Amino acid sequence: MKIHEYQAKEILRKYGVATPQGIACFSVDEAVNAAKQLGGDVWAVKAQIYAGGRGKGGGVKVARSLDEVRQRAGEILGMRLVTHQTGPEGRIVHRLFIEQGVKIDKEYYAGMVVDRRQQRVCLMASSEGGMDIEKVAAETPDKIHKVFIDPVAGLSQQQAQDIAQQIGIPASCIPQTITLLQGLYRAFDETDASLLEINPLGLVNGGQVMALDAKMNFDDNALYRHSDIVALRDLDEEDPAETEAAKHELSYIPLDGNIGCLVNGAGLAMATMDIIKLYGGNPANFLDVGGGATAEKVTEAFKLMLRNPKLQAILVNIFGGIMKCDVIAQGVVAAAREVQLNVPLVVRLEGTNVDLGKQILADSGLPIISAADMADAAQKAVNAAKAKPSSCGCQS
Amino acid sequence: MSILINRNSRVMTQGITGKTGQFHTRMCRDYANGKECFVAGVNPRKPGEDFEGIPVFASVKEAKQQTGANVSVIYVPPPFAAAAIDEAVEAELDLVICITEGIPVRDMIRTRYNMQGKKTKLIGPNCPGIITPDELKIGIMPGYIHKKGRIGVVSRSGTLTYEAVAQLMALGLGQSTCIGIGGDPVNGLKHLDVMQLFNDDDETDAVLMVGEIGGSDEEDCARWIKDNMRKPVVGFIAGVTAPPGKRMGHAGAIISGGKGTAQEKLDVMESCGIKVTRNPAEMGKLLKSVL
Repeated sequence: MKIHEYQAKEILRKYGVATPQGIACFSVDEAVNAAKQLGGDVWAVKAQIYAGGRGKGGGVKVARSLDEVRQRAGEILGMRLVTHQTGPEGRIVHRLFIEQGVKIDKEYYAGMVVDRRQQRVCLMASSEGGMDIEKVAAETPDKIHKVFIDPVAGLSQQQAQDIAQQIGIPASCIPQTITLLQGLYRAFDETDASLLEINPLGLVNGGQVMALDAKMNFDDNALYRHSDIVALRDLDEEDPAETEAAKHELSYIPLDGNIGCLVNGAGLAMATMDIIKLYGGNPANFLDVGGGATAEKVTEAFKLMLRNPKLQAILVNIFGGIMKCDVIAQGVVAAAREVQLNVPLVVRLEGTNVDLGKQILADSGLPIISAADMADAAQKAVNAAKAKPSSCGCQS
Repeated sequence: MSILINRNSRVMTQGITGKTGQFHTRMCRDYANGKECFVAGVNPRKPGEDFEGIPVFASVKEAKQQTGANVSVIYVPPPFAAAAIDEAVEAELDLVICITEGIPVRDMIRTRYNMQGKKTKLIGPNCPGIITPDELKIGIMPGYIHKKGRIGVVSRSGTLTYEAVAQLMALGLGQSTCIGIGGDPVNGLKHLDVMQLFNDDDETDAVLMVGEIGGSDEEDCARWIKDNMRKPVVGFIAGVTAPPGKRMGHAGAIISGGKGTAQEKLDVMESCGIKVTRNPAEMGKLLKSVL
């Protein structure tokens, strides 16, 4: 789960991480009032969307008067902000964050993720802040410093000091940087974060170290113990189809293609997308119905796929283990009837009770294209999608 | 000899009183030597009870003392599953197989930390388990799709592993042992660890390695294979079409920071002399071609 910058900063401040003062706003008037309340004579007006790259996309502006705050807030609020992370469709800006302006002397980078090889949280820091850190990692990997954190002892004073020195924080600012970095780790650990990024970490106002931006993602599996974080969820920022899928415990990710896939198991679901591509088609989604799919779940899965106007065919690929093929077949038939399916449906069943499952499909009287194996299924789905004219919404 | 488990293993189920634990304990007990092998269950609130004749103990330690069980399988719900692993490690079992899906990563980081220097091996979490066909099945895979043979299978997925096994079976190739190591970012045995065991196993002639996007386990394994493996290995990586930054079902299946792409993994594997296929329908055929 993701949250907004202003929410992340609120969490981080509780852990002693210094940030500029700021107020979240939902309207232009609120933005002007926020600027008044914050005081000073320069403010940052920042679009709040989950995607990064907001500055380059025109979603972060500096204002030097209240009039300019009003003008900038008016421009940004409601704009369709396109960044390298939003895709070409961009995101509509619904929230702003008005922050007290600071004078930036130098920008650094600090981030935390779980390192799979070390099986620990890794703190990464760099002198090259403010820019795309992936680019820094690719072009100048020696400018990224890493430290792996002992889960029991936490980020030690020595580790924090070493990394602060390595990235070139001035000696006079090291003590406050240690406090900040240790706060970042405690925040990461105690909130079950999966990613924390401060880019830039700023040396500001001639001697203060502050988190000028903040990005936090959380481990979905741990949300059950963080109701306060769940409450921060902004559904405007989430794909409605993915949100709907999550409600039915389906794992669904829309993609660009036109062949919908309904599969049990994440690995097999990816492999099914891959084989569609290999046979010259394009998958419309990733959809894992999980191990315990019921007829209802399968119906919901069909509804999700059919929301996609580009859909030209559906491929169901089920390897029944614990999940029996006859149960799945019943679900597929029920779903196809309920949603009045208007695209070709290719079904490949294998595993427990496969013959019974195939019989149910054959007896249904529905125009289901049965496939013998994965390759056959992919070939048939690709052919079916090609055969179906894109303008036709009629019964096939 | 197969790897990790065989007919002489003695198994306890942690979470034997839950619906999932009961269902799968029954299925495993009914497979091959399961009746002799599944000897105990654990539930701290229900010691002294039994599940269809399998005695339930208050703790892993007690179950081990009373029955000689050396392996545990865990179906405990996610909030308590890491503690269940800790208990099995503390009791010095040889092997723990954690089926539970959805354990917080933070819990697993601590559990792995606690496992340092301990003898217990961990498979999973979020995995289908392990099977030595016609001897013992510990996990949720359908037993009947397997047959004893000389091919090792190691995979991060569940149903994709079944798919691989079915392809082998269609070509008449049985398996020595099949292991699903699970789809979580912080877990127990990696591809590399399992590959080392297969390399040393007299009853394994070749290995089918199935991976997916995310992390670098497959690359680490491939580099080891290049210098050490004495048997043919073939591979498939799922997720060539997966977009970066999106979690493909498994918590560990995500391309982040441009790392962990299927293409990168396939390239490294090929450069290490491993035959790979980009077609998931041809895993079995590819394996057969190297025998």
